[in-house]
Amino acid sequence: MKGYHDLGGESAGPIETKEKEPTLWEKRVEALLMLLTRRGVLKVDENRRALESLGADAYHNATYAERRVMAISNNLILKGVISVDELSARLAEIDRRADPLP
Amino acid sequence: MSEHHDHDHEAPRRHRHPLQPDADDTLTYHRKLEIAVRELLIEKGIFTADDVRAAIEELDGRTPDRGSRVVARAWVDPEYKALLLKDARKACESLGFDMDLFDVTLTVVENTPKVHNVIVCTLCSCYPRMLLGLPPSWYKSRAYRSRMVKEPRVVLKEFGLELPEDVTVRVHDSTADLRYLVLPMRPEGTAGMSDRLVTRDSMIGVALAQRPR
Repeated sequence: MKGYHDLGGESAGPIETKEKEPTLWEKRVEALLMLLTRRGVLKVDENRRALESLGADAYHNATYAERRVMAISNNLILKGVISVDELSARLAEIDRRADPLP
Repeated sequence: MSEHHDHDHEAPRRHRHPLQPDADDTLTYHRKLEIAVRELLIEKGIFTADDVRAAIEELDGRTPDRGSRVVARAWVDPEYKALLLKDARKACESLGFDMDLFDVTLTVVENTPKVHNVIVCTLCSCYPRMLLGLPPSWYKSRAYRSRMVKEPRVVLKEFGLELPEDVTVRVHDSTADLRYLVLPMRPEGTAGMSDRLVTRDSMIGVALAQRPR
């Protein structure tokens, strides 16, 4: 059985060739991945495995950057770099900020 | 979300306008996740805020110009072209491009009058970032990833490229460990012209390198 990420040969509609430039937060996701790879915290295959373990629903309902930030955070939790408690506390704290956007 | 809040209790801020006014101002769950993860990693000393800024600057500086220089050199230097097709990493490093981003193999595939090459990544969005920068939005799209391997001529037509029937179309499906770059054919009558002829799309294979109009 092929994985949900394996899209080759599936039917799909027309390609949206009009381009969307990456936004700042999307570039930040790429920057995090680049730094974590360079620091030896994450490997390219670990990132791929995490993307392939998000589940079909999360994978297909998310954008590219959204998938990647989920994969990064899952991997960091799995490897014990950050904890679930720390992460949920920080997310709640961001919600309480008056102006949370950096 | 919060522009009408009273900020009197806060330190004055220099930037009250968004950096990118084009729809970058909605705080979704995933954006919060990015902020949270980044802040935690900075606090743990994995990297600094300035490292993140510098990394974005580096990403912005990595553009298809690199690929264009490689192709333009291969067009004028047969020895270089032979090296590029045999050991693309070495050929790129010899022009001073850092290839350290990932430990991946780069393979350059050459277009000829009889063979047209095009690249895709059906499994993810693997792309020769070291030479072309971040992939365009359509390269990451479900439609491109699904359909290119099944009906390449139809897809190419959507990009405005119609190839004669006697030209073989070869689709190269990239992986995390193996990335492709297309070496487009040099348009006729362009001797002495610069690498501007070599567009990003011609190195992906959804377009040809063309003479300036």
